[in-house]
Amino acid sequence: MAILLIAEHNNQSLKAETHKVVQAATAIGADITVLVAGFNCAAAANEAATIAGVDKVLVADNAAYEHQLAENIAALVAELGKNYSHILTAATTTGKNFLPRVAALLDVAQISDVIAIESADTFVRPIYAGNAIATVKSADAIKVLTVRPAAFAAAKIGNAAPVEALSAVHDLGVSAFVSAELTKSERPELTAARVVISGGRGMQNGENFALLNGIADKLGAAIGASRAAVDAGFVPNDMQVGQTGKIVAPELYIAVGISGAIQHLAGMKDSKVIVAINKDAEAPIFQVADYGLVADLFTVLPELEQQL
Amino acid sequence: MKILVPVKRVIDYNVKVRVKADQTGVDLTNVKMALNPFCEIAVEEAVRLKEAGSATEVVVVSIGSSAVQEQLRTALALGADRALHIDTELNLDSLQVAKLLAKVVADEQPGLVILGKQAIDSDNNQTGQMLAALTGMGQGTFASKVTLSAGKVAVTREIDGGLQTVQLTLPAVVSTDLRLNEPRYASLPNIMKAKKKPLEVKAADSYGVSLSSAVSVLKVTAPAVRQGGIKVESVAELVDKLKHEAKVI
Repeated sequence: MAILLIAEHNNQSLKAETHKVVQAATAIGADITVLVAGFNCAAAANEAATIAGVDKVLVADNAAYEHQLAENIAALVAELGKNYSHILTAATTTGKNFLPRVAALLDVAQISDVIAIESADTFVRPIYAGNAIATVKSADAIKVLTVRPAAFAAAKIGNAAPVEALSAVHDLGVSAFVSAELTKSERPELTAARVVISGGRGMQNGENFALLNGIADKLGAAIGASRAAVDAGFVPNDMQVGQTGKIVAPELYIAVGISGAIQHLAGMKDSKVIVAINKDAEAPIFQVADYGLVADLFTVLPELEQQL
Repeated sequence: MKILVPVKRVIDYNVKVRVKADQTGVDLTNVKMALNPFCEIAVEEAVRLKEAGSATEVVVVSIGSSAVQEQLRTALALGADRALHIDTELNLDSLQVAKLLAKVVADEQPGLVILGKQAIDSDNNQTGQMLAALTGMGQGTFASKVTLSAGKVAVTREIDGGLQTVQLTLPAVVSTDLRLNEPRYASLPNIMKAKKKPLEVKAADSYGVSLSSAVSVLKVTAPAVRQGGIKVESVAELVDKLKHEAKVI
């Protein structure tokens, strides 16, 4: 048995999710090889070598992999993957994009969004927006899994695994990168933050999201949103927490003006402590909140900022 | 150009699901079923492309028992031209579904395949990517904007940090994200007209695809229930609880 783990990175540095997938991989109990596929990505590869538990790092450094186009990455991973018993990556938009393609090329199933590893062939994953938890067993020779980062702690740093360069280049030529528009933020990443404060339709408009800024700064929190707030155009969609957005499990989740639809709860109900601020005492969010405050958010938020 | 839209019958998204006591799955008896929301968006996008003159025909396909014909009729009422029902009583994995769809692609030769990014029951998010792999096509997943030009399609994708635009050579596979469009409602006259549109039925095993899955479900359980919380009266009490009781700030 051996594990191939595909690192998530931006060519300069690793994303925090990668450390969590390494932690998940150690539960399988086999040698872990991390693949860093990108362009001018030596720094990210060297960083991967420092993660405890990693046995070897492979670097595929080529312009064909610069923007993580699924077609090219999948061809590379499927070729390498033949020699491994497990192929893992994070259940981020990047991982979800290329890994099912890898599984199909290898003619095996993929198990999505794994939240626990019971053994080398038995995995636990949520279905129906997290309202049911399935334990599944795979008889495939190669197990292909995306791992939900929020369900695992980050692996420690303190290692010097060997780094090996790969020369294989796969460029299918059916896709090309055109442009990217990334949201600029000084705050911690939503999926990695210790504290998350989210606003919903109750915020009424995009300007009012500024009321969350001061609180987020004092708590070192990331700012999220419900689908209602995103659909209403208050904030960009990459801030969305929920079944179709990001899944977070911070120590503290503060839901402001969010009713608590099933689809939103799917993204945050594993948070350690949930606080709900809503003027509707009947809002479903209060059923999952550890601390609920029934009040108008426009009076509560300034007060909260002041008292922190 | 022909557009192929695979759609799935799933539990209605507003239904609170119940896990069966024997842990074999989720109780679907007498539960309201519907077209998967992401599939609705896929049908809408295909119909809009046809209305804009970019496509000539929209074909919808669904795999499952005869009950899926209800969702195929819905798709026809929304503007699809004809439907294909691949009949099977088996619960297929994404891989088997993708293999069947690859056969349909070979038969129909669509210029574009549009499907939802995930089904809200299995939450897998795999079928589109697998179909793209099996047919060798490029893939534009999590699309929030689709623009066709000669022989190419530009797809703006919702990614973790924001948006990314890729250009794919046709034929290609596109999977829809929520913000691609706002699906229309089927009008009563269109629902009536949909009853007359062609709906072909083919047996799943007539495609020569192995339908056995390597993945077995050992059990399905309800998620851990959160302990009921308390209501606080003031901001001061909330801050105090978070500092001293929960110790999270």
